[in-house]
Amino acid sequence: MTDDVARRRGDGGDAAYDLVVVGGGPAGVAGALTAALAGLRVALVDSSARLGGQYFRHPAVPGRASGLERFLRLARALGERADVLPRHQVWSVSREPDGALAVHCVTPHGPSSSPHSPDSAASAGARGERPVVLRGRRLLIATGAYDRPLPFPGWDLPGVLTAGGAQALLKGNGVVAGRRVVVSGTGPFLLPVAAGLAEAGARVLGVFEANRGLGLARHPVLALGRLGEAAGYAVSLARHRVPYLTRQAVVAAHGEREVEAVTVARLDREWNVLATRVVECDTVAVGYGFVPQIELGVQLGCGTRYDVDGSPVLRVDDAQRTSVPGVWAAGEPTGVGGWRLAELEGRIAGRSVVAATRRPQAGCADPGRRPEAGRADAGFRPHAGRADADRTDFGSAAGLVSAAGSASAGGGSRVAEPSGVAGPGRGEVAAGEVAGVWVRRRARWQAFGEALQRAYPVKPGWQGWLRDDTLVCRCEEVPLARVREAQELGATDARSIKLLARPGMGWCQGRVCGYAVSCLAGEPPQPPRRPIAQPVTLGTLSALDGTLDGTLSDLDSPSHSGTPDMEDS
Amino acid sequence: MTFHITVDGRPVPVVPGQTIGAALHAAGVRSWRTTRFGGRPRGLFCGIGVCFDCLVSVNGRAPERACLAEAAPGDEVTTS
Repeated sequence: MTDDVARRRGDGGDAAYDLVVVGGGPAGVAGALTAALAGLRVALVDSSARLGGQYFRHPAVPGRASGLERFLRLARALGERADVLPRHQVWSVSREPDGALAVHCVTPHGPSSSPHSPDSAASAGARGERPVVLRGRRLLIATGAYDRPLPFPGWDLPGVLTAGGAQALLKGNGVVAGRRVVVSGTGPFLLPVAAGLAEAGARVLGVFEANRGLGLARHPVLALGRLGEAAGYAVSLARHRVPYLTRQAVVAAHGEREVEAVTVARLDREWNVLATRVVECDTVAVGYGFVPQIELGVQLGCGTRYDVDGSPVLRVDDAQRTSVPGVWAAGEPTGVGGWRLAELEGRIAGRSVVAATRRPQAGCADPGRRPEAGRADAGFRPHAGRADADRTDFGSAAGLVSAAGSASAGGGSRVAEPSGVAGPGRGEVAAGEVAGVWVRRRARWQAFGEALQRAYPVKPGWQGWLRDDTLVCRCEEVPLARVREAQELGATDARSIKLLARPGMGWCQGRVCGYAVSCLAGEPPQPPRRPIAQPVTLGTLSALDGTLDGTLSDLDSPSHSGTPDMEDS
Repeated sequence: MTFHITVDGRPVPVVPGQTIGAALHAAGVRSWRTTRFGGRPRGLFCGIGVCFDCLVSVNGRAPERACLAEAAPGDEVTTS
């Protein structure tokens, strides 16, 4: 891949890609492939060793899983047309003086890491990570989501995993999380996790769904498609004699050095505990929905909105454009809705990027783009694998954008603010730009995702599960008592609580406890402000052309403006 | 097809492609770090690189997330 990468990047080191995609799940791969098929020069980075994201996570030698073969075909097709950089963690995106976007990554040293050599490889060598900077005219944020955990007594005992963590162990590594496993939380994701564990040989003692399980079946919009999938999991659970119990949840975990048992409670509608029993187990998988990863968008100043479940997500228009010129978003960062919606949004974003690249607005210089990338057919390289990957959806994707450039192509004007009350930011822009069939299909999957969020909310009663000594923040080891103390001292909002009691000030930067702290403060979660989205060494920071001071000052001020002067030499 | 890494000097088998965290978990090692203040045990929690509970040092390097770091033959992992 080295020669390939070097060739496509150009030898000067300053040539920008037409599109840099962050995230290699369904949305990112679909967006990148759509753009690459149209001849754009595309790079895709992902933190994992293999593409797939959370849903299509797979081992080094993939087995047979529903939908996986198709995804792998797309990923292979992408690998032949774009620079795919696994094991790259993006910690910052900044705007350069010429308008290009600099995507700052670190990648581990080692035989298996990408040989892609950055501009500043000299630094950080001994520290185990290597900085890589990718420059792109346009950016697609497809960073997915992670499990939303809720704290409970004992949740920091080893053996308590997020549902996604148990799933990652199984799907990515072939490791069954435990022998006697309890699955708890809320939402349809618990079903595949439990079914997967049971099929892999774990004794799944129960799926404890804190909400009412009938929520799914009662919602008419859910007849759209995923019921078949859910029924399949239900059959699997029945075959393995796994009880699926609603209005119940794990409210405490017990053990000395690791989990030995859990307390399962029967709950009322608001999740207050009605009665409890103890279940012996060695592993717990918990998940209460998902947190979209939006910090890169927030760094760049992208507008946000609240999803149905109260999560801050990036606001996008019909063409998946964020409010910041040149920045698109697709998949869970724009609202949790599952892989089908994510892939569709990625494809729409890809087409929109293609349209914007071909027809830059007057006044929007596009100096980094090479002439040959401007035409769809010029860079289109037919190849042997094309038929299977492109035949259906991706073959017809070329017709998606019919009359691009009408409203605001990419680098041009800002997207209009949503008018009226709490509009989702979709549907008010760019009539005629995205083919109606795609818009309608996306609307259906969005409705599906939102219905699921409504059917599986987080109810406030969980706060009653906590004891004074229950850790709210695992990193800084902040117990509930310290949060309450901060509140008594006058910290009325999550930010003040954080400053006084330090929850969210540790390694994970509040990703794990942020939702809980917001709930305890009685406010909706704020968009995450993380000027440095991944911990990096000072060596990596200082490699940025000696502008360490600028970087640190950006750290201190929680501005949304990104770090425009980082690469300014 | 497995190979071995060492974790604090002790051999741990790895199926190629596994992360260090997955190999440890599969070997029955559920915790490999203690917290700064309470000395509480930590191992895998989120499993996907979000929580930083599973930090290890590989071949003397700065701490990294065991759930993301793919194990390579001969890796010497140290825990704290």
